[in-house]
Amino acid sequence: MPRRTMIEAIRDAMDVSMARDERVIVYGEDVGFFGGVFRVTHGLQAKYGKSRCFDAPINESGIVGSAIGMAAYGLKPCVEIQFADYMYPAYDQLTQEAARLRYRSNGDFTCPIVVRMPTGGGIFGGQTHSQSPEALFTHVSGLKTVVPSNPHDAKGLLIAAIEDPDPVIFLEPKRLYNGPFDGHHDRPVTPWSKHELGEVADGHYTVPLGKAAIRRAGSAVTVLAYGTMVYVAQAAVEETGIDAEIIDLRTLLPLDLDTIVASVKKTGRCVVVHEATLTSGFGAELSALVQENCFYHLEAPVARVTGWDTPYPHAQEWEYFPGPARVGRALIETMGA
Amino acid sequence: MTDAGMLRFHVPEPEVRPGGTPDFSNVPIPKAGSAPRPEIDVDPRTIRDMAFSIIRVLNRDGEAVGPWAGLLSDEELLEGLRHMMTLRSFDARMQMAQRQGKTSFYMQHLGEEAVSCAFRKALMPGDMNFPTYRQAGLLIADGYPMVTMMNQIYSNEADPLKGRQLPIMYSSKEHGFFSISGNLATQYIQAVGWAMASAISNDSKIAAAWIGDGSTAESDFHSALVFASTYKAPVILNVVNNQWAISTFQGIARGGSGTFAARGLGFGIPALRVDGNDYLAVHAVAKWAAERARKNLGPTLIEYVTYRAGAHSSSDDPSAYRPKTESDAWPLGDPVVRLKNHLIQRGVWSDERHAQAEAETLETVITAQKEAESNGTLHAGGKPSTREMFEGVFAEMPPHLRRQRQQAGV
Repeated sequence: MPRRTMIEAIRDAMDVSMARDERVIVYGEDVGFFGGVFRVTHGLQAKYGKSRCFDAPINESGIVGSAIGMAAYGLKPCVEIQFADYMYPAYDQLTQEAARLRYRSNGDFTCPIVVRMPTGGGIFGGQTHSQSPEALFTHVSGLKTVVPSNPHDAKGLLIAAIEDPDPVIFLEPKRLYNGPFDGHHDRPVTPWSKHELGEVADGHYTVPLGKAAIRRAGSAVTVLAYGTMVYVAQAAVEETGIDAEIIDLRTLLPLDLDTIVASVKKTGRCVVVHEATLTSGFGAELSALVQENCFYHLEAPVARVTGWDTPYPHAQEWEYFPGPARVGRALIETMGA
Repeated sequence: MTDAGMLRFHVPEPEVRPGGTPDFSNVPIPKAGSAPRPEIDVDPRTIRDMAFSIIRVLNRDGEAVGPWAGLLSDEELLEGLRHMMTLRSFDARMQMAQRQGKTSFYMQHLGEEAVSCAFRKALMPGDMNFPTYRQAGLLIADGYPMVTMMNQIYSNEADPLKGRQLPIMYSSKEHGFFSISGNLATQYIQAVGWAMASAISNDSKIAAAWIGDGSTAESDFHSALVFASTYKAPVILNVVNNQWAISTFQGIARGGSGTFAARGLGFGIPALRVDGNDYLAVHAVAKWAAERARKNLGPTLIEYVTYRAGAHSSSDDPSAYRPKTESDAWPLGDPVVRLKNHLIQRGVWSDERHAQAEAETLETVITAQKEAESNGTLHAGGKPSTREMFEGVFAEMPPHLRRQRQQAGV
């Protein structure tokens, strides 16, 4: 089976979708001729023409607002916001328009759009190229939120998102584009070509939205993670030797609660890990759900390891980033509680 | 510090406030028939002055004059009059129903009926409007059932939107009427996106975007102009300048640009100002813009100069911020009266027939109202089921909503 980077896998998902369905349209800033600042859409304009893949003005509310109109017409736009940090001008269009169009019109108009955006830090991007705004989407009724952690899933989830009848936010952990980064920033990253989840089948396949994956089976503690943090958690587990079960959520909304609850009931302990800030983060929702559903099985408080509640700093990136050492400490504390 | 070196902050003010004498002498009204009618492929740079003038067809004597006249037959004009009269009666009855507690909220069109009623007749089936809350004439003039509109206003058991939306936020894809959000300006860029999609699909349908003078200050208005200009989208960009954004006079949104139409000039978009109380002028200019869009000539920006004679909404009292007699002083008159006078002047209408038509349209509205009320009103009679609250958030209900619906016990 061919091995692909995350960038190639996401591009392949759009390529496959555009070939299968002429309603699929791809656009965004630098997306057309150049193929995107992360090269994700490279070659799509040459292959499908300027009506199917084109450059947009630097105007995120315009990109998303026009995509909503296109979807109302009957197309299936898959647009790119260059960095998740740039999505705020489009937030009104996403939350009050895309998210509610089906509901408010009782299905008279619908909004099958995908909004892709690179998320997370670890590239010395400072405050405006590092954020993880997933909780701002999961808090909104009517949006689905997806965060893939590997090329195989990224392709299958993106095709599923494009085929979904409702708006999907597709967050691409940019630190994973070229390999499964585990938080050890001082070591080289294994390329996807050497990782089994870098195996990406040709052609069409989907990974269903709303289904988590167990990345490591274990019996001592459940780790809930997504995106880059899946590999950070794996590193922490290997380094502490704790027999943790690592769940890669893949889709935050709809959430695969059954898989989470079954695991925590088995292990009796839970550590939630994400890169986004702590307060009102998605980890708060996960922690509350575990408490509500597994209280009588819990042996220890649910722990959260996250980015600090500060803006994402530049020089202090690795002190901010919740790396394997911090996750490892949380695992040890949770086991000792 | 010298006076010359001291900065002063500028806040625009309307000419007159409550207690003052209304004065529209600052609104220059060109003679009807004086505006030229350019070819549709005109270079926008050569018609810049049309963004600062006003295209008018009906003169003071009720005659249709000039190059924009002559598009509509007697029958079409009589139908247009009936649409505007129906909308006015509809508004009066629904405003009253709101006061009677039969619904929570209402927004009327008083004085602006010509804009949406005449515009609708310039479009073709399949074209799509992205309206604001003050274009119900698009539905009335397209034959959308009044009973259905009222069912929506009452949020009753026959409400096509299942009680989920604020009154008057209609939606009808079939009638080319995009779901009204209730946000301001968001629909403007969506209309451009719809038009882009039509062009991408090599279709023949066009879109129409709608916005009020106040909301042109929103970023989405400017986003729409950028996208429409860049991609030459087949869209008509309508700005309804009714002088007032709730209590805020149009100068606060307009700033130093002179007119709202002038906003189009920097984008290379042909921009026309039109007498919004002149049914014939609105229709003729809309037709011109629609033809441009359909022939791949791109967007047109149209500013309709009109006056919001009523309150902003059922929650508003304009006497707090403008003279009560201001609407009487509005120099472009009343759209219903002006079309009525024109039809009398054409010899196909009379005061008697008009009075009779007023009674008839009111009767039609009251009949529809009785039927709608038999389906319930907001606080009495049939209402949408509570289960509906959980339906339609997504195409397929996800597990968390199913659990919450169970918790709600419905």
